[in-house]
Amino acid sequence: MTALTIVAILVLLLVVFGLLFRLQILTSIFSGSFTRDIGMSNGVNAVLMLVFLVGGGGWFAYSFAENFNKMNPPIASVHGFAMERMFWITMAVIGVAFAITQALLFVYSYKYQHKEGRRAYFFAHNNTIEVIWTIIPAIVMAALIFAGWKAWTRITGPAPKDSTVVEVMGKQFNWLVRYPGRDMKLGVVNYRLTDAVNEWGFDLNDKSSLDDFTSGEIHVPKGHPVLIKIRSRDVLHAVYMPQFRVQMYAVPGMPTRFWFTPTTTTDEMRAKLGNPKFNYELACNQICGRGHFAMKMTIIVDEPEDYVAWFAAQKSFAGLNPELVAAFKQKANSTVPTPISAVEKEMPATPLAVITQ
Amino acid sequence: MAINNPNLPNFSPAVESQGGIGTAPVSHVAHGHGEHDEHEHHDQHWMWKYVFSQDHKQIAKQFLITGMLWAIIGGLLSSLFRLQLGWPEGTMEWLKPVLGHWVEAGKLNPEFYLALVTMHGTIMVFFVLTAGLSGTFSNFLIPLQVGARDMASGFMNMLSYWFFFLSSVVMFASLFLETGPAAAGWTIYPPLSALPQAIPGSGMGMTMWLVSMALFIVSQLLGGVNYVTTVINLRTRGMSMSKLPLTIWAFFLTAILGILSFPVLFSAALLLIFDRSFGTSFFLSDIYIAGQALPNQGGSPVLFQHLFWFLGHPEVYIVIMPAMGMVSEVLATNARKPIFGYRAMIGSLIGISLLSFVVWAHHMFVTGMNPFLGSVFMFLTLIIAVPSGVKVFNWLATLWRGNIRFTAAMLFAIGFVSLFISGGLTGIILGNATLDIQMHNTYFVVAHFHLVMGSSAFFGLFAGVYHWFPKMFGRMMDEKLGYIHFWLTFAGVYLVFMPMHYVGIAGFPRRYYAWTGFDAFSQFADMNKFISVAAILAFFAQFIFIINFFYSIFRGRRATENPWNSTTLEWTTPIEPGHGNWPGEIPAVYRWPYDYSKPGSEADFIPQTVPYSQTQSSNLPYEKDMGE
Repeated sequence: MTALTIVAILVLLLVVFGLLFRLQILTSIFSGSFTRDIGMSNGVNAVLMLVFLVGGGGWFAYSFAENFNKMNPPIASVHGFAMERMFWITMAVIGVAFAITQALLFVYSYKYQHKEGRRAYFFAHNNTIEVIWTIIPAIVMAALIFAGWKAWTRITGPAPKDSTVVEVMGKQFNWLVRYPGRDMKLGVVNYRLTDAVNEWGFDLNDKSSLDDFTSGEIHVPKGHPVLIKIRSRDVLHAVYMPQFRVQMYAVPGMPTRFWFTPTTTTDEMRAKLGNPKFNYELACNQICGRGHFAMKMTIIVDEPEDYVAWFAAQKSFAGLNPELVAAFKQKANSTVPTPISAVEKEMPATPLAVITQ
Repeated sequence: MAINNPNLPNFSPAVESQGGIGTAPVSHVAHGHGEHDEHEHHDQHWMWKYVFSQDHKQIAKQFLITGMLWAIIGGLLSSLFRLQLGWPEGTMEWLKPVLGHWVEAGKLNPEFYLALVTMHGTIMVFFVLTAGLSGTFSNFLIPLQVGARDMASGFMNMLSYWFFFLSSVVMFASLFLETGPAAAGWTIYPPLSALPQAIPGSGMGMTMWLVSMALFIVSQLLGGVNYVTTVINLRTRGMSMSKLPLTIWAFFLTAILGILSFPVLFSAALLLIFDRSFGTSFFLSDIYIAGQALPNQGGSPVLFQHLFWFLGHPEVYIVIMPAMGMVSEVLATNARKPIFGYRAMIGSLIGISLLSFVVWAHHMFVTGMNPFLGSVFMFLTLIIAVPSGVKVFNWLATLWRGNIRFTAAMLFAIGFVSLFISGGLTGIILGNATLDIQMHNTYFVVAHFHLVMGSSAFFGLFAGVYHWFPKMFGRMMDEKLGYIHFWLTFAGVYLVFMPMHYVGIAGFPRRYYAWTGFDAFSQFADMNKFISVAAILAFFAQFIFIINFFYSIFRGRRATENPWNSTTLEWTTPIEPGHGNWPGEIPAVYRWPYDYSKPGSEADFIPQTVPYSQTQSSNLPYEKDMGE
């Protein structure tokens, strides 16, 4: 169907071209204005400029409107709404510039097509005009820069002290997630300790890692700031959560972070969209290899009380792997020093109490 | 200003020492032995004339034809991955005879898909739009338009092409490796590009990519140094910098950008080679891959991105500025009007060149770079809209009240302006760090740069080829085929890239083999088919151009000396200029290159070689006493 549409558009274009060309020859023969010098196709091309402006502009406007709903992913974070507003305001500004300049380009091309006996207007420069069209865009840009800068500093500023902390680690080709557990402290991890069981590289001799738990999906509480800490274990990945307007690279050797506040629970969003299967998704957005396109994880936004219940029900990684803890103890006793790296100062995390209040 | 004494031979000694294999020493030519010059060419062995030529015009044609071959390959690769994106569920079994083991059970191998996008980007950005565009026209036009017999060093110029050729051979060979060519994206971010365990393309394929690119950089530097030297030193009598055509200004600044930025890519490539082969840790740290913890510590993948984009961003201006220069020239010639705001055009080119060095990190807003840096780069990036806007407005003002002849070149020049506007404006979204959080690495970016530096640079290239073809081959290209080529391509490009913005706004990530796995990215299946069909058709429309090009070389209508009634120096040469360009003395220049439709002048153009003393009736007040 689409193939047909495009073929039809292009064939139509060719037909229009051919017809106009024929017409031009006929009229030029009748009116006697046939001049070999410039060639009779000049008028055809001039008309096509107008046809392109009207036809192309019409098609663009139509298809843009037609697809408008599809191109707006639902928004579920506080800063997402501000970003969305800024996006469409900027789109409106550039839309105006787009419409004016494109219209002038094609209309001038049509209007000032070659005519026998007319001479182009020798108009080499005018400094006033240059200054005007330097300053006006500069002012518009200044406004956009200012708005962008304000929002950028707010969004990338430090996370609130009471943020819920989740750590995400990218690896070929899925995401690992861990939570700090009851002590609200993420334990030390070390990539050298990684193996098939200990995918995170937990250092289980570190007290604060003993209650950390991992999860197959990300749970976050609604209306509460969430700090996503981000790591990568092998190559670059990027944490991309389109509905939350969140994106940050996962860089091996350099932990990154991004914080946001979810505004709508998964259930609320399902009801709102009328789609009972809807899920928030985490995608990888930096080329990472064969499975790049399939690095998906589900994000679930819970009501705060549901989140607390879910959190409380989780079993710690250490609890699930007692033999691993034993092995670590044994190693520590045999005085082989554990290499220390990737030790990160923890910011004081939220006591769960804050959420339940 | 720099006076080029026509009696001084400016060929490299290497030519002379070949004893008559080169061309007549210029001193002969300068005495007006036109026939003698022709005669010398008959003696020349074809090997020196067509293969290891030191004539800038021949080298330009070599760059052009190599670039065209690369463009066909690059386009074919894109057709392949568009097939995959348009029909993710479809079978590719029919391609098995060509692609061999890259088709597994009727499906394209995802790693091969990544190799396709990587090579498409590499080929188009470097081999087609840098070497093919700037290599062709800087070589062809700089000596002809500044009034020089050849480049400052013909020998270095020849080397520049042959390094490019070698680099092409290495890159082309890498396409046939069993483990595939490089597949880490054209930006080759480590660690993916550093570790063969991560993707097979990072084995031999990446090694060859790096070797090829090192050779390519050598070629660029040899060329760039030559362009800059030629423009500074070999301008003919009277050709001050303020009388240079805008093409030359654009090539000149482009060459400077290349000289200053390509070495940084070279250093990045070198460090990457160290990391890959000698166990260093410039870009690697804390990596556990394929069941093994690597010993590398302390490196930073983000450092590579800084180095890469320090070239990578000027690179997009290296691609677009020659096109801007040629479009300015073609617009003025065919609107029969002076380019509006000549000095503003030069100023904006200089502004863009300077700014292009301080915006690179806008590619890295969400890489974990300090947000403060993000603010600074957002500010610097969005400022570029101002000089770019000035250029667009000046082009529009050039058309205003012109007397426009729609040659094929003119159509492509107008198309260039249209595409540059469409693609440039979305840069205002992407340059805004806040909005880039969502748009980064989505199809919005893909649509943006394909319009603003991909398609529009191609349009500049086409405008250049249609416009200067008569001077290159002494024949005209077929205009009607040119029109058809233009309208199909113009419509095709918009049909491909406008809908791509919608897909991008919806958040579709780039370099995805398929989006079908995500609920958030599956609503545009039809649109992706539409884009794919349009892209493949637009690709095949290019064969109209290729047929026209090669047919016209041999069978085209014979050109006249100055078929477009243009003012610049290249049109004062014979129809097919020999090595040395002018059979007699190099003409002197008296005026700027845009005296079109000057009031008081009989003809609607006054060549740069006409002194003011001969045009008393059309001289402007301040030009009265400039006559010679």
